[in-house]
Amino acid sequence: MNLHEYQSKKIFAAYGVPVPPGEVAASADEAQAVARKLGGAVWVVKAQVHAGARGKAGGVKVVRDLDAVHAAAEGMLGRRLVTKQTGAQGLPVGRVYVESGSQIAREIYLSLTLNREKSRIAVVTSAAGGMDIEEVAAKEPQKILSVTVHPAAGFEAYQARELAFGLGLAGPQVNEFTAILKALYKLYVEQDASLVEVNPLIVTQAGALVALDAKIGIDDNALFRHPELVALRDRSQEDPIEARAAEHDLNYVSLDGDIACMVNGAGLAMATMDIIKLHGGRPANFLDVGGGATAERVTAAFELILANEKVRAILVNIFGGIVRCDVIAEGIIAAVKKVDVKVPVVVRLEGTNAPQARALLAGSGLAVTPADGLTDAAKKAVAAARK
Amino acid sequence: MSILVSKRSRVIVQGFTGKQGTFHAQQCIAYGTRVVGGITPGRGGTRHLDLPVFDTVHQAVAATAATVSMIYVPAAFAADAILEAADAGIELVVCITEGIPVNDMIRVKAALAGKPTRLIGPNCPGIITPDEAKIGIMPGFIHQKGCVGIVSRSGTLTYEAVHQTTAIGLGQSTCVGIGGDPVRGMNFIDVIELFERDPQTEGIVMVGEIGGSDEEAAAAHIARYVAKPVVAYIAGVTAPPGKRMGHAGAVVAGGKGTAADKYRALEQAGVRTVHSPAELGTAMAALLKVRARIRAAAARIDKRPSAMRGPPRKGPMTGKSAAGSRVKKKKPAAGKKKSAARKTPSRRKVVRRPARKK
Repeated sequence: MNLHEYQSKKIFAAYGVPVPPGEVAASADEAQAVARKLGGAVWVVKAQVHAGARGKAGGVKVVRDLDAVHAAAEGMLGRRLVTKQTGAQGLPVGRVYVESGSQIAREIYLSLTLNREKSRIAVVTSAAGGMDIEEVAAKEPQKILSVTVHPAAGFEAYQARELAFGLGLAGPQVNEFTAILKALYKLYVEQDASLVEVNPLIVTQAGALVALDAKIGIDDNALFRHPELVALRDRSQEDPIEARAAEHDLNYVSLDGDIACMVNGAGLAMATMDIIKLHGGRPANFLDVGGGATAERVTAAFELILANEKVRAILVNIFGGIVRCDVIAEGIIAAVKKVDVKVPVVVRLEGTNAPQARALLAGSGLAVTPADGLTDAAKKAVAAARK
Repeated sequence: MSILVSKRSRVIVQGFTGKQGTFHAQQCIAYGTRVVGGITPGRGGTRHLDLPVFDTVHQAVAATAATVSMIYVPAAFAADAILEAADAGIELVVCITEGIPVNDMIRVKAALAGKPTRLIGPNCPGIITPDEAKIGIMPGFIHQKGCVGIVSRSGTLTYEAVHQTTAIGLGQSTCVGIGGDPVRGMNFIDVIELFERDPQTEGIVMVGEIGGSDEEAAAAHIARYVAKPVVAYIAGVTAPPGKRMGHAGAVVAGGKGTAADKYRALEQAGVRTVHSPAELGTAMAALLKVRARIRAAAARIDKRPSAMRGPPRKGPMTGKSAAGSRVKKKKPAAGKKKSAARKTPSRRKVVRRPARKK
């Protein structure tokens, strides 16, 4: 789960990480009121969406009078912001964040995330702040400095110093940087983050370090112990079908093809997409109905994949282990009857009680095409979608 | 032989009296696994499924001499359960639980470092040695005792590989589901290393997926240390970047962890990759057939008087080159043997020893 910048900055401030003064607003009038309250002569109006690269997309505006604050907020609110990271449809802007302008002397990149190879939290920093870190990593990897943290020892001051001196910080900045990193590590662990990113962390012209942007991602698996973070969830930033799937305990990811898949198990679900492509088709989605698929879940899954109007065929691929294939077959029959499926359905059932399941489907009188094996299923689905 | 578990393994179940624990313990017992008891804190001294229940793993180990534990406790308590098992001296912990917070697993992994306990999982189907011990949630009946070792990050895709190797008549030595989480216990390399040493295992099927670089690390390991034939499939060629595909660990992040990168690394290591998950079984069978032919050829050569076999080879022997390179050295041998010999070095760089070409 991702948090908005304004939510992240509030958490940053609570951990003692310096951020510029600012507040969130849901209307242009509110935005103007915030700017008036903040005072000063320069403000930044920032669209609140769960995506980066907002600046180049017009989602961040530096303004110098109160009317301009109003105009900037009006221009963003209620629209969809399309950035490099959002896809063509963009994300809806429901709120803007208004903060005092900062005098930037230099920009630093800073993030904490999991290093999978080492199974530890890594602190990654770069002197090339404000830029796309993936580009920096690809083009100038020597500009990226990183340390990993032993969970028992915690983040040590020497590690912060190593990074600070590596970045060319000096004097009191080294201690400020150390304090910020220690606070962010504490935040990461206590809030069960999967990502804490500051891009950029700036050195102001007065020499102080300030987090100009803030991004926090939370480990979904840890949300059970953070009810206060669950309350911050913004469903408008999530794919509506994916959000609906989550309510049914289904794992769904939208893709842009026309063959919908319904599979049990994440690996097999990916493999099913792959084999569709291998045989010349294009998958419309990833959908894992899970190990404990019931007739109700199968029905919910059918409703979900049919919500996508592009779907021209459905491929059901179930390897019954603990799940019995006959139960799945009953679910398919019930779903096809209930949901009024108008596109061809190809079904491959293997494993526990597969013969009974095939007999059930054959005797149902429904236009369901049985398939024998993965390859056969993929070929039949691709052919059905082309009709 | 097999790896890690056999019919002698004494197994306890953590989260024994819960719904999942009960159901799967029953299935494992029915398969023939030697389940000797279980743990549910607060229920010690009672019996469940006609087996003793203990409050702690320490008590269970003292009373049953168990060496393996399978864990079905809910995600919130699973890290604690793993550490308790390790503290009680359990040799192999199999954690089925899905959805453990990553930060919990980071702590677990650090705490297990240097301990003799091995961890399989979490978020995995478990481990099975066909006809001997099923420790996990996989459907037992699709397995067949045989010669292929299977290691996989995915549950149902493992069943797919099992189904195919059974259907083609090869069977499995042991199947290990290492799980779909980004921080986990045993990895591809750990399992492949054991398969390489296991005499029953003749070939290895490896099923990877997008995310992380464990497949790349495994490829580097295979190139250097593995002589047995390896077939690999990577799921997620069509997965869009930045999207988590069901498994917590299955995500292409920052352009890293793509299926294409993994395929490239494995192919460079001489691994036989398949781009269709339906070809795992046939590809393995084809490799083993080639291998059998080479062996037969080598056996024929070995039957000749030693004077005809050239000087003894130098340096350590890797399992496979013992057969393959001997044929290769035998330049004057008949044409048929030569063709068999050619296949060996082309498959694996490890058997090509430039020094010996002089």
